[in-house]
Amino acid sequence: MSAVLWQVLQIVLVIGISPLITGWVRLVKSRLNGRIGASPFQPYRDVYRLLQKEAVVAHSASWVFRAAPYVTFGSVWLAASIVPAFTTNLFLAQAADLIALVALLGVARFWTALAGMDIGTSFGGLGASREMMIASLAEPAMLMVTFSLSLISGTTAPAQIIAFILSGGVGIEVSLGLALAALVMVAIAENGRIPIDNPATHLELTMVHEAMVLEYSGRHLALMEGAGMVRLTLFMALIGGLFAPWGMAQPGDGALAVLVGLGAFLAKCFILATALGVFETSIAKMRVFRYADFLGGALLLGLLATIFLYVSEAV
Amino acid sequence: MLIAAALSALLALAVLGVLAGAEMWRHRLVYFCCMIASLALLAGGIKHLGQTPGTGPAIVLPIGLPWMAAHFRLDNLSALFMVVVNLASAAASAYGIGYCSHLPEPKRVTPFYPLFLFGMNAVLIADDAFMFLVAWEFMSLSSWLLVLADHKNAENRQAAFVYLVMACFGTFCLLTCFGLMAGGEGAYSFPAMRAAKLDGVSGFLVVLLALLGAGSKAGLVPLHAWLPLAHPAAPSHVSALMSGVMTKVALYGLIRILFDLHGEVPWHWGAVLMVVGGVTAVLGVLYAIVQDDLKKLLAYSTVENIGVVVIGLGLAIAFKGSGEKTLAALALVAGLYHIVNHSIFKTLWFLSAGAVITATGERDLGKLGGLAKRMPWNGVAALVGAIAISALPPLNGFVSEWLIFQSLFKGPSLPHWAMKFGVPVVGAMLALAAALAAACFVRAYGIAFLGRPRSKAAAEAHQVPASMRLTVAFLAVMCVVLGAIPVTITDALSHVVTPLTGVQFAVSADLGWPWLSPVSSTRGSYSGTVLVMTGVALCAVTLMLARLLGTSRIRRADAWDCGHREDIPESQYTGQSFSQPLRRVFCASIFAAKESVDMPDPGDNRPAELKVRVIDPIWVGLYAGIGRVVDFIADLVNRIQYLTVRRYLLMMFATLVMMLLVVAVRQSQ
Repeated sequence: MSAVLWQVLQIVLVIGISPLITGWVRLVKSRLNGRIGASPFQPYRDVYRLLQKEAVVAHSASWVFRAAPYVTFGSVWLAASIVPAFTTNLFLAQAADLIALVALLGVARFWTALAGMDIGTSFGGLGASREMMIASLAEPAMLMVTFSLSLISGTTAPAQIIAFILSGGVGIEVSLGLALAALVMVAIAENGRIPIDNPATHLELTMVHEAMVLEYSGRHLALMEGAGMVRLTLFMALIGGLFAPWGMAQPGDGALAVLVGLGAFLAKCFILATALGVFETSIAKMRVFRYADFLGGALLLGLLATIFLYVSEAV
Repeated sequence: MLIAAALSALLALAVLGVLAGAEMWRHRLVYFCCMIASLALLAGGIKHLGQTPGTGPAIVLPIGLPWMAAHFRLDNLSALFMVVVNLASAAASAYGIGYCSHLPEPKRVTPFYPLFLFGMNAVLIADDAFMFLVAWEFMSLSSWLLVLADHKNAENRQAAFVYLVMACFGTFCLLTCFGLMAGGEGAYSFPAMRAAKLDGVSGFLVVLLALLGAGSKAGLVPLHAWLPLAHPAAPSHVSALMSGVMTKVALYGLIRILFDLHGEVPWHWGAVLMVVGGVTAVLGVLYAIVQDDLKKLLAYSTVENIGVVVIGLGLAIAFKGSGEKTLAALALVAGLYHIVNHSIFKTLWFLSAGAVITATGERDLGKLGGLAKRMPWNGVAALVGAIAISALPPLNGFVSEWLIFQSLFKGPSLPHWAMKFGVPVVGAMLALAAALAAACFVRAYGIAFLGRPRSKAAAEAHQVPASMRLTVAFLAVMCVVLGAIPVTITDALSHVVTPLTGVQFAVSADLGWPWLSPVSSTRGSYSGTVLVMTGVALCAVTLMLARLLGTSRIRRADAWDCGHREDIPESQYTGQSFSQPLRRVFCASIFAAKESVDMPDPGDNRPAELKVRVIDPIWVGLYAGIGRVVDFIADLVNRIQYLTVRRYLLMMFATLVMMLLVVAVRQSQ
């Protein structure tokens, strides 16, 4: 019973705090840039304002364009509902594992890319084409991370991996470090952050994600932006949960443990969001064709994480 | 009985097809009857699959070689493939009812089509090597004639020639393979082969030849070269079957030999298969990404999917050879599931391509666009197929790839070092192929069905006949069904796998019906059913929230396009521009992809040109080389063509003496 309750809380939590996390990253960045910056609650207002506006849809758009925001947001939300944030006692924990999680993010990307091509403008196609190129390297890298985690813990289910790490069955592993590095690189690419993509610009030379959603307005744009915010939260929960699961409540724990879990999750998000802001201000964006090196590196790190397990075993 | 009747009906239909002549309704009738026969065969297959595993009824007919009767038998493996083959053929036949009137020369297709169906089904129920090979050739030659249907096109004739050569090569390998398995006594029936023990060298050769023979038909790299030529050349409902189903019959041959007749394939062959499968998957999808011809793209995508299946088969062999029977069953179930899935979504896409060709007369992506609005049925069905083929949840393609990943992740538990280090690499290849497949189908669907029309033909596209719309809709529904109730499918597949691996195995053993839990409940589980329900609920909540918090008003306007208001459809991204980043990243080294820009000087009226050149390393490196060697040998042999009678007699005499010498030497030993 409590699994269902915590699941509902998780579902509400991820969309509840996502705008705050995004707002916090923006605030950190503006402070580091020497600006005062907007309140961290600004994204809530932005989304609400967009929802109020009528949606402008191009004559050449098909139904795919109008369905894509809902499917994209729904699948990212579903994916975020599966990643344990504060407790592993979730109803949906068995319905999907990390492989399914990667694929659910793939669904969101698939529809966004199609929506980008639907109007028939050059920018939409450009964004879709680059996004799929990035995904073609980021997805395998993430699956390699899953692979090494599954070899260490014997499972691909995030809740079980967290339980295994919390039980102290794993010490300091080189593989875990490599996997973490790969996952962070993938997270940067998947969320369209610097150095891969700049979420704050609309310049044709730099944009990937923004180019795909360029034609959106009103509630459609709100959903697309919202999906991006939820995705950022998802990756924070994933990194914080898999590699620093401390404080996470387990099945059988009471409400107090869940409260501790919630506190720990918020603290982790705060730290990761601040780190992201600092990282983004201290690095420049890459050229498009350098992405392949960056993400190829992530893929290789993921692969090395798997192979290192045997090397360390043999030594 | 049902199956025998349906098969004889197919043979009779071939005759009817010859008599059909120019009357279109007769052609339609033949396709309709083909559909009925396929449905009957489908029912026969499903009925047998529902029964308990075990050997099926055997039938012996007094035909065939003089001293040997023809053996037929339907067991679980054949029944499964019979379902796969006939589900797609029923759809393709129904599609043919509407499509045949759009063909340039329907009478060059109708007679051979039933023969093709007959050949594929006969391969599945053959129970001796002779019948198997006869049926195999039946399948190859009838499909060769279908590839030649549009024989006025030089490209098609070239494709048919390459196909014929490859088919001969494949049959030659299989013939030798069966010869080795039959042993010195010539026991050509399958039960006898099963009982026979192969020694080391013959065991090795049997696997190698099976891999070459069945692999060339299935399209394993580097034997895939005929596939992207021949599949697009045939009429679309035939290419759907060649690509979606005939390659599966080839895999049936491979599974039959490696898991059933040979029985004890050592584990390292599994490693070989996995590497071949991984390379096939990645190369196949890379080829697909750079194609502008829609049907060629689909043919290369088949190469990719065959690679995915072969990875599963290789894993199963590696597990089985190492004594991990349950994991072997899991990998085999995963491979078979992908076979079922691919037969459905690839048929769906080829039939959609046929509809696109019927509606626009174009199969060049650069001249399509905006079809989703003009052909709504095909637009939706092709989108479902694209999601399924990109292995995205909740559709069927994801479930089988999930199962393959789950079994791959258990691969390093094997004690062999090659597996420990090799499996992660193959896993990375599979993941790469899956991600690239998504890119490939975003490109194919986005360019052909979305955006603005890129040519007059695309702008004036019209709906296709009802039979062509209903079949793709049916296949799209199948994609959803096979994805939403995976456990029902895996249970049916475990019946098939039990006799091949020797274990009773159920993927859902731990958690019950809607949950797939391959190894145990704590090792990672998946439930398409629960995921679909939650996903739909969340999307509905999203819709409600958006309505509740905001407005539902919509305004139609011109595209914004960053303020660029000129209505030029040519400014859209094309297939080539879409694949440019991927081409740069992946294809620059593998395919020596090069782009050259020809920019005229100011004042010059020539249009600027951007040319893309992609070189297939396998054609250039392998086949061109073989061609040169064959030419060289042919030149040498040419010299004996113009000898005098005296010299010919001398040669015969010398040969006779040589033979006698050999006999004498052997007898004296």
